[in-house]
Amino acid sequence: MQWETVIGLEIHAQLATKAKIFSGASTQYGAAPNSQASLVDLGYPGTLPVLNGDCVSMAVKFGLATGCEIARRSVFARKNYFYPDLPKGYQISQYELPIVHGGKVDVVLEDGSTRTVGIVRAHLEEDAGKSLHEDFAGMSGIDLNRAGTGLLEIVSAPDLRSAAEAGAYMRKIHALVRYLEICDGNMQEGSFRCDANVSVRRMGETKLGTRAELKNLNSFRFVEKAIEIEAHRQIELIESGRKVVQETRLYDPDRDETRPMRSKEEANDYRYFPDPDLLPVSIDAELVARVRASLPELPDAKRERFMRDYALPAYDAQVLTVERALADYFEAVAKATKAAPKIAANWVMGELTAALHRDGLELRATRVSAAALASLLDRIAAGTISGKIAKEVFEAVWKGEGTVDEVIEKRGLVQISDSASIDKLVADVIAANPTQVEQFRAGKQQVLGFLVGQVMKASRGKANPQQVNDALRKQLGP
Amino acid sequence: MHTRTLAQLADDLRARRVSATELTRHYLGRIERFAGKLNAFITVTADQALAQAAVADRRLADGKATPLTGIPLAHKDIFCTTGVKTSCGSRMLDNFVSPYDATIVERLANAGAVMLGKTNMDEFAMGSSNETSFYGPVRNPWDLSLVPGGSSGGSAAAVAARIAAAATATDTGGSIRQPAALSGITGLKPTYGRVSRYGMIAFASSLDQAGVLTQTAEDAALLLEAMAGFDERDSTSLDDPVPRYSQLIHEPWEKLTIGVPESFFDDGLEPENAAAVRAALAELEKLGAKLKSIELKYIHLSVPAYYVVAPAEASSNLSRFDGVRFGHRAKRAAGEDLTTFYMRNRGEGFGAEVKRRILTGTYVLSAGYFDAYYLQAQKARKLISDDFARAFRDVDFVAGPTSPSPAFGIGQKTNDPIAMYLNDVYTIGANLAGLPAISIPCGFVRNLPVGLHLVAPPLAEARLLKVAHHFQRATDWHARVPTSYA
Repeated sequence: MQWETVIGLEIHAQLATKAKIFSGASTQYGAAPNSQASLVDLGYPGTLPVLNGDCVSMAVKFGLATGCEIARRSVFARKNYFYPDLPKGYQISQYELPIVHGGKVDVVLEDGSTRTVGIVRAHLEEDAGKSLHEDFAGMSGIDLNRAGTGLLEIVSAPDLRSAAEAGAYMRKIHALVRYLEICDGNMQEGSFRCDANVSVRRMGETKLGTRAELKNLNSFRFVEKAIEIEAHRQIELIESGRKVVQETRLYDPDRDETRPMRSKEEANDYRYFPDPDLLPVSIDAELVARVRASLPELPDAKRERFMRDYALPAYDAQVLTVERALADYFEAVAKATKAAPKIAANWVMGELTAALHRDGLELRATRVSAAALASLLDRIAAGTISGKIAKEVFEAVWKGEGTVDEVIEKRGLVQISDSASIDKLVADVIAANPTQVEQFRAGKQQVLGFLVGQVMKASRGKANPQQVNDALRKQLGP
Repeated sequence: MHTRTLAQLADDLRARRVSATELTRHYLGRIERFAGKLNAFITVTADQALAQAAVADRRLADGKATPLTGIPLAHKDIFCTTGVKTSCGSRMLDNFVSPYDATIVERLANAGAVMLGKTNMDEFAMGSSNETSFYGPVRNPWDLSLVPGGSSGGSAAAVAARIAAAATATDTGGSIRQPAALSGITGLKPTYGRVSRYGMIAFASSLDQAGVLTQTAEDAALLLEAMAGFDERDSTSLDDPVPRYSQLIHEPWEKLTIGVPESFFDDGLEPENAAAVRAALAELEKLGAKLKSIELKYIHLSVPAYYVVAPAEASSNLSRFDGVRFGHRAKRAAGEDLTTFYMRNRGEGFGAEVKRRILTGTYVLSAGYFDAYYLQAQKARKLISDDFARAFRDVDFVAGPTSPSPAFGIGQKTNDPIAMYLNDVYTIGANLAGLPAISIPCGFVRNLPVGLHLVAPPLAEARLLKVAHHFQRATDWHARVPTSYA
């Protein structure tokens, strides 16, 4: 039996505004518990919400970037339920009339194909506080610093067909909100998290199966693993003649399983109704135009441009444009160096990314600037150093030993390219390896590589490899 | 001195015929003498009042006084007041001391007014007799066995007994105007959004509006001028300039037409009460108004629509009272879970009428009932608004009785919620349509005061107050004081 997994994601992106969505309190992460909760956030009697206009602009920005329709009029509604970290006993959200709806994004999958994923809607809402169930000796602690932080909830259509596709879509949205600078994307701090609706059906079936909602997945890896495990669980259930129940489930990464959430948190009747404390949000053409003018170049457009202007392969263009900062870095290198853009791309995707990853650094903390990398590539292009030596120079610059030229100078790494020196090195190697020379002359071409290696070794890597190659062929020549 | 109106006292203060401190002491003395019997106050803030009076006296001496500087007022206990218990008439908030001032409290204090204390009210403003208060019923100064009306019963009794020069109040379905009528004073509910709701504990947010209870329309004009205006902390407050009401009311009478819905004078209204209102209308006619019989086709839907919309909003507004951050928290039982914790806090903290409305509101918003109740009620609300808008194409005001009868006995209607709800049958329409309205004393039935109700188009408070002021210059119903308090 062939099964198809059907997935839709609800992504919660915390909006990168200085102040909360309705209270003016700071949104800074990591402050002492309850130190950033104003009377409005605490739901004090008599307090009222006032909408932060920056949240509206950010939602419009997202809508424009995903081809959504921007609602001229949208309405805040109250979602009523009791929980100690929800101070008012209701969450201000949007229900019937969201701020943007009906868009799409194209997601490039691993096999190079593209999947178009519908954005059903994205709406504004406030975040709840946090309940801390450990460290209080059988009691629970409440931290309301996060309460009232603005969120954009982005709801996809059930267009995703595998855990990998869901992961790719989530990465795509993650990159997009960071490009747009509407969310810092910090998943560890919970700034970007998602719920996944997962169902399975027999291949060829058009009706959707019963879905389970997986809550609070806060890493790409967890999203993929949770969906895979959940789909597997559902298929096993159906194949053994049982039924999938519609419910909310939690993914437990330690046990690598999903399980139902406590019953009291499900089957809620939220009793949505328009919030009488807030006027409907009106968005006029002028605001839309202003936000449109502020849109940066988006990942898809940038990828196309990189392929066109820098003649990069699709894969390179894709990797380099996932993060706006990485794309900017690459472009700065490509523009400053005489080397081919593809060489710059190789270095950015290779050495630079590896070094950042090794040291656990963000790109903005890079120890080799775009200008430094460009000058390094220039030295290779000019033949001053070989590509191999360049890696050594890169490491040295990374470690703070000086500029590219200082390192080359200090370590005496300038490439040997005068033919007399090279001829001498080659002659010495030929004299020292008679057996291999015999083999080469007998037609075993591969031996040439060994001999080149010997010459490079003798020059401590500094000899120009092309010249060594030429000189060897000449001296061994018929 | 206490029989002088607020406007007269303002003149006395600025002419230095009396000091703010003397005046404050006088009212505090009357509160001490009468407030207990009336049960009009939940909290009396004597020390704070005298401190404010001292500041007012310095301002008066420096010539920096406003007309309200040194005027002793009472605030309904629904308005948050820094450092002072703000109970909203509920056990739930019996321990709640507000860390901030409501916008109107702040504005009146900035104008130099003196706060005497916080007045009794129906619990969370839910009631028409002031009998649902955790602090017990308020008594009507005209007859201590009767209710003063509600929910602003404490404010109404305080002004009627002349133990405060004026009082703030709130009106969601008639809670300013009905007690004004039953207590023989003037009660103004402004246009929805005219006065900020910030710091006023919400009952039904789309209907709640702060206003005043005073001896005269002139007093109301003086207070409204200081209270009204845009507040960036309340998104629903109107960003519209505040007219000089206290000057505009003195302008000469203009040609105007008053619409009278005949359906208001049907069987629901006591005949003697009807006669008093008719006589008042005749008086207005004598002053130069033209009376015109009109029809408000959907006004009969106002009570049912109100008792869906108001409880729906209330059920959500009152969810924050869970005992987690403030308010009543029941003694914890061992092994108590979260649901029990909520049930005990709320079960003990709220009284019966509040629970009734929370249950009603929760029901009408529930899946499966929302369309049949909440949406239908919203449609009815729209029809009622349109009704008024249509009427105001032909008439300047809509007039009628404020309440179906004069004050009734304490305990008389407590077991019949529907009879209680019908007290607001004439006033609720103005809340549903967001219109300004006033109740002014217009006669006596069985030696008890009754009120004339006037509703005006949005933001027409100046004209409304002017007509009321001219009526009060021609009559003396408003100047009558119950004998024991004269």
